[in-house]
Amino acid sequence: MPTLTRRGAAAAVAALATMLAAACAPGSSGDEPESKAPAAVSTDVAKAGNVTLTVWDQEVQGGQKKQIEELNKRFEAKYPNVKIKRVSRSFSDLQKTLRLALSGGSPPDVVEANQGYASMAQYVKAGMLLPLDSYDQVYGWRKRYPKGLTDLNSVTKDGKLIGSGSLYGVSLNGEIVGLYYNKEKLAKLGVQPPKSWAEFDQALATAKGKGEVPIAFGNLEKLPAMQLYGILQDGAADKEAVRKLVFGSGGSWTDAPNVQAAQKLADWSKKGYFTKDANAVKWDDTPVNFAKGDGVFMFGGTWWASELNDKMKEKVGFMAPPPAQAGSPSATMGGESLPWSITSKSKNPDVAAAYINFITSPEAMDVSVETGNLPALAAPSKQPAEPLLKEVSTAWAELSKNDGITPYLDYATPTFTDAFGGPLQELIAGRKPADEVMKAAQDDYSAFQKKK
Amino acid sequence: MTTVARRKTPKTRREASAPRAARRPGRAFSGSPGEPGRIGWLYTLPALLVYGAFLLWPLARGAQFSLYHWDGLGEATWAGFSNYTATWSDPSLRGAFGHLLVLVLFYSVLPCCIAFVLVGAMSRTKIRGLTFFRTVLFLPQVVAMVAVAVAWQWVYSADGPVNTVLGWLHALGLPDWRRGWFGDFTFALPAVGAVGTWVGIGLAMVLFLAGVQKIPRELYEAARIDGAGPVREFFAVTLPGLRRELAVALTLTTIMAIRNFDLIYMATAGGPGNATKVPAYEVYNRTFNTGEVGLGCAIGVTLAVLAFAVTAGVRRLVEGKDA
Repeated sequence: MPTLTRRGAAAAVAALATMLAAACAPGSSGDEPESKAPAAVSTDVAKAGNVTLTVWDQEVQGGQKKQIEELNKRFEAKYPNVKIKRVSRSFSDLQKTLRLALSGGSPPDVVEANQGYASMAQYVKAGMLLPLDSYDQVYGWRKRYPKGLTDLNSVTKDGKLIGSGSLYGVSLNGEIVGLYYNKEKLAKLGVQPPKSWAEFDQALATAKGKGEVPIAFGNLEKLPAMQLYGILQDGAADKEAVRKLVFGSGGSWTDAPNVQAAQKLADWSKKGYFTKDANAVKWDDTPVNFAKGDGVFMFGGTWWASELNDKMKEKVGFMAPPPAQAGSPSATMGGESLPWSITSKSKNPDVAAAYINFITSPEAMDVSVETGNLPALAAPSKQPAEPLLKEVSTAWAELSKNDGITPYLDYATPTFTDAFGGPLQELIAGRKPADEVMKAAQDDYSAFQKKK
Repeated sequence: MTTVARRKTPKTRREASAPRAARRPGRAFSGSPGEPGRIGWLYTLPALLVYGAFLLWPLARGAQFSLYHWDGLGEATWAGFSNYTATWSDPSLRGAFGHLLVLVLFYSVLPCCIAFVLVGAMSRTKIRGLTFFRTVLFLPQVVAMVAVAVAWQWVYSADGPVNTVLGWLHALGLPDWRRGWFGDFTFALPAVGAVGTWVGIGLAMVLFLAGVQKIPRELYEAARIDGAGPVREFFAVTLPGLRRELAVALTLTTIMAIRNFDLIYMATAGGPGNATKVPAYEVYNRTFNTGEVGLGCAIGVTLAVLAFAVTAGVRRLVEGKDA
């Protein structure tokens, strides 16, 4: 037996050596797509012949799923020569598989690529997404959407700057992180929905004093703390400063208002305003706990609205986070849902562009409202019926009007969730002071800026 | 094959008179009986191809990627061994390897010790419903790790059974030990480890029970006649008789600890902070989340080497040089 083992080992080593010699360097396979823009744009989908359009999306939750199924059905009805092959995955699964799919030989035609330096900017830099400018000239997306929203989906060709350069995607829904509150509990506590941060602090203290959990919060994944921090940051710092910071064009995470926001988060945690052992509670469990009655307030995205509306009916309310002073406009994180982009290897970019135009058309905004979602642009003929969805839509309109939407913080660097989210967990556990946490964020940030 | 051919004497004789060319394939069978000839490789070829395509090839590519800086999308740049040095110089990665050491204790050493105690008890006295206990203890092995993680998340949660019991103890006058276990910086890693122990016990125990049945009864009788108590008997008879099983159990459970990804991924995602980061999780995290494919591969290769070293080391240590 020993000779066999040895011979086998020798053969394996030889095989490995040959394989290594034959393999070429990663990423240099020679078939790298050029970020070509099509010379002539055709909007005539019917003339394109029989086309199968492969679309990868992350619209798996209730209302979102209904919305995209309906839109796909209508598009196929409008253009019988086009068949849509839909592949849907959860948000995090899509993030992970998209990278592999895009670098492969035959990627899907249309994908939902997330905004930020970790996703869209990297794809653009590698030439995997098609710049949409020539289609924009025909369909007029930049005219249809406010600049703040198209900026989120724009990147320079080298992937170094978000907010300028070409347009690489169009989004269907809007989203903001706001403040949900349990109306029943507020009434019992004798508290009004807060109009300023000072009033909010007062409300939290009252809730704590009466034995309630003031804020439902689950932070096992690190990302939730970044959203909560972002809201506090929007309350403490100037919104323009926050935007510049996230997109890497100025400022530092150790600037005084940013440290103040972290200090506030630490204070809240120390005063016991959060769900007990928040670091051990899953993010997805937060709305579940809140709906069960654990928590007077909860910070969360509008993507939870349709689910909470089903569970809590008229017991739940939604508002934008309170402004620093009563009466002044508030600011919060948000923007738009994942942008629909065309891959540069797509064989039918014209049809793909027509599809994207269709699912972001005024008609699509109506479908969005009908299925309980928040459309990025005002729906021409539909209004949400449920009170909660109405409140969501009002908050969105108000924030859009006042230009009060700031980008998500995890756009800042590809490693930010770990590099900032981890220290934030320590802040919440009372193991690290605010200034050290912000320094950790700045270290990761400046390292990425240097590399960029 | 050779022996069968030789036994059929008439056929051999006929072959002897056949032309030389016909005898040529026979040469492949020359050499000592039972030793496979070159033709043997042909039989292993299909398996070898599959093995090569799905194991050796990815391993080789992984090793190659580890020498580049690559975000998984664009052009890669040559990195030399800097990914490997980063594996050791990055404090969070070094920490991950430290956590691995702790987990090996929980995944490997502890289950083997506990299994020994259980087997010692089971082999000395007749227990009613032994099969039942054996099945129950082995059950965690059968359940998918992902399901295990979800179940334990509930067990450890703020109002889960662990905290309920601790609440009772607190009511009896003991200090309050209740906490969100997976979210606690001090206790998250041991909490993950305890799950590993729970999973590992069954495997170790089943291996040891099978081994104990091989030990001749006479040895136990002799030991008892010589007046050995349960402890002496264990160290004089059971433990030496179980050396091979111990080696297998240690190897399997240690490798389980080294490639412990699913539990961490589902239960804690490396958190809180970096408290439960392990290398296997970082392989995934760096490769797919943060776009550091080269570094992820370097960690993966380091882990593979570590697994080989552990396997070889354990065999040496437990089975002796003859193994």
